[in-house]
Amino acid sequence: MATIPAPAAELIERALVAELTVVDPTGRPVTYPLIPLWDGERVYMTSSTLFSRKLEHIGRNASVAVSVTDPVSVGGRADRVTIQGDARVIADDPHGGWERLLPIWSAKEPAIVAFLKARVALPLFFERALIEITPRRVLYWTDGDASIAPVVTVLGEEAA
Amino acid sequence: MRSTPELDARRGLEKLATYPFQIASWVDDTGYPMSVSVTATIDPGSLVATFAPPAGLAVPTDRDVSLTGSHIRPQPGYGYDERRHVTVWGRVSPGIRPDSMARVLTLTGRSAWGWDETEVPFFEYSERSVPRSRRYFDALSAERGTPVKPKLSFGFLALRATRLPFLTATIVPVLLGILIAASHGAFDLASAALTVIGASFVQLGLNVANDVFDTVQGADDANVTPTQFSGGSRVIQYGLVSLRQMASLATVFYVAAALIGLLLLATRGSTALLVIGVVGFIVSLGYTAPPLKFVYRGLGEIAVAIGFGPLMLLGAYVVQTRGALAWEPFVASIPVALLVALILYVNEIPDRRGDAHAGKRTLPVRFSPSAVIGGYNAAVVAAYAAVIVGVIAGLLPIPTLLMLLTIPLARRVSAGLAPNYDNPYGLMAFMGVNVRLHLAAGVLLLVAYAIVIAAMAIAPGVDLFLG
Repeated sequence: MATIPAPAAELIERALVAELTVVDPTGRPVTYPLIPLWDGERVYMTSSTLFSRKLEHIGRNASVAVSVTDPVSVGGRADRVTIQGDARVIADDPHGGWERLLPIWSAKEPAIVAFLKARVALPLFFERALIEITPRRVLYWTDGDASIAPVVTVLGEEAA
Repeated sequence: MRSTPELDARRGLEKLATYPFQIASWVDDTGYPMSVSVTATIDPGSLVATFAPPAGLAVPTDRDVSLTGSHIRPQPGYGYDERRHVTVWGRVSPGIRPDSMARVLTLTGRSAWGWDETEVPFFEYSERSVPRSRRYFDALSAERGTPVKPKLSFGFLALRATRLPFLTATIVPVLLGILIAASHGAFDLASAALTVIGASFVQLGLNVANDVFDTVQGADDANVTPTQFSGGSRVIQYGLVSLRQMASLATVFYVAAALIGLLLLATRGSTALLVIGVVGFIVSLGYTAPPLKFVYRGLGEIAVAIGFGPLMLLGAYVVQTRGALAWEPFVASIPVALLVALILYVNEIPDRRGDAHAGKRTLPVRFSPSAVIGGYNAAVVAAYAAVIVGVIAGLLPIPTLLMLLTIPLARRVSAGLAPNYDNPYGLMAFMGVNVRLHLAAGVLLLVAYAIVIAAMAIAPGVDLFLG
């Protein structure tokens, strides 16, 4: 599988938060801040069943975008990225299926391990679905300046 | 029930204006959402946000576009805090900025949505979102044709469903009754152990039955600010255990308690024990169950004080003495009763809106904050006064004055009530101290009676009572 350009992957890997934009049933974009997790091929996010409206939207329309825009969440880097892709909700085991991502999640949010040990306090927060996003098109702004056209990479094709 | 407060476009734009940049999103002609960061000039009064068109991207004018502001504060080695986000939707129209003749896009806000954890704490946000989780599991179950439910390990589930850590409310008075009886020369290990187990089953039955009846009567569903000390176990609300399973569990606990009670009656029986057992059962089940519903009538604190004070303590005492009663265990039960009632009393403060909604007329529902705080102070003073007066009157041994060492804990709780009265999560720390106050006072009374028993063994001539 073709993968996203290295700087974009680094940005996703580093970002503490990214914005997931999905399409609601009326065709409107809805944006959710979530922790992006990158496994080298795909972007993963997780969603508690408590906040599962986004999962319903993805179930109806798999087209999504993930963007990293906040310099604070990437340690001051100025570059920005938006990845358009196809999302798949993995909810085979809401109780523990998502835990396979715990190593990369805890690297960004170390406290999650302690929270998970105390899941009795907030059980539904840890009933989660995985959102697996296969990138299709990457838009990268080297200086984060939207007045300059982004470098566009359509995966499987040459950069535009 | 909304999980976030209602937000109109104007308020949304006001919030959006506080972010250093915004994320413009739309669905592009290929059907994928597109997002790009922009810096918008926002005029909430005119309901508009103006920004430069992003280069190389066509922002549509025939469909909704959103502007989102998002903020977190990274906390190295921990994660993050200060979470908030807001989105405003509207249509975009192209224009020219008169001063610079630059092309601009103007979004006219129509609707908004967002969350700010300083306005709705994360735990309340989660609690308000529980119905969504239930719908999600219902849909998943329908899709798979088999029930899919949230889970907890058996140990965690048992801990949560029975509220096991609160068993100290039973252990303290029962052990105290046993020790007072022992100081009077009456002690039987087997019946003492059975008393502890039986009384614990009564409390576990009460805890579980309380969840059942509060769910049936709507109080737990209406409560969106439960804490680890209040608002019930939530296992029914979370779909972890069904109402029917909880009702069965309560029945099992009560039947087990009744069997142990009958065994104690058969082996250590007395009229006093029979009366205490029957009254205890009525108080326990009638706490939330119709027709008595003590807690719904503002009598919950009194029911808890009687049940976890004199009834538990005197019950344990008469099992050991085979029915002999005395003033000393009764007087010793007064501070324990007051302090355990105060646990419930303080825990009812954050529940009061949900309780009022369900017609549960608890004291914090009925009275003003100042009256409730005044009531706490009066009851806590009465608890210490009972010990002091008991010692002066020669009804309690001098070492029971050790309980006065817990006064700083009581002062901490008292001082924390007013500033956190409307902040359930701020109050949680003081609810914890209040639980510790009851436990510490109980343990110190147990220590006092251990001293009395030790003194009787080591120095039989020493009198630890005044007068």
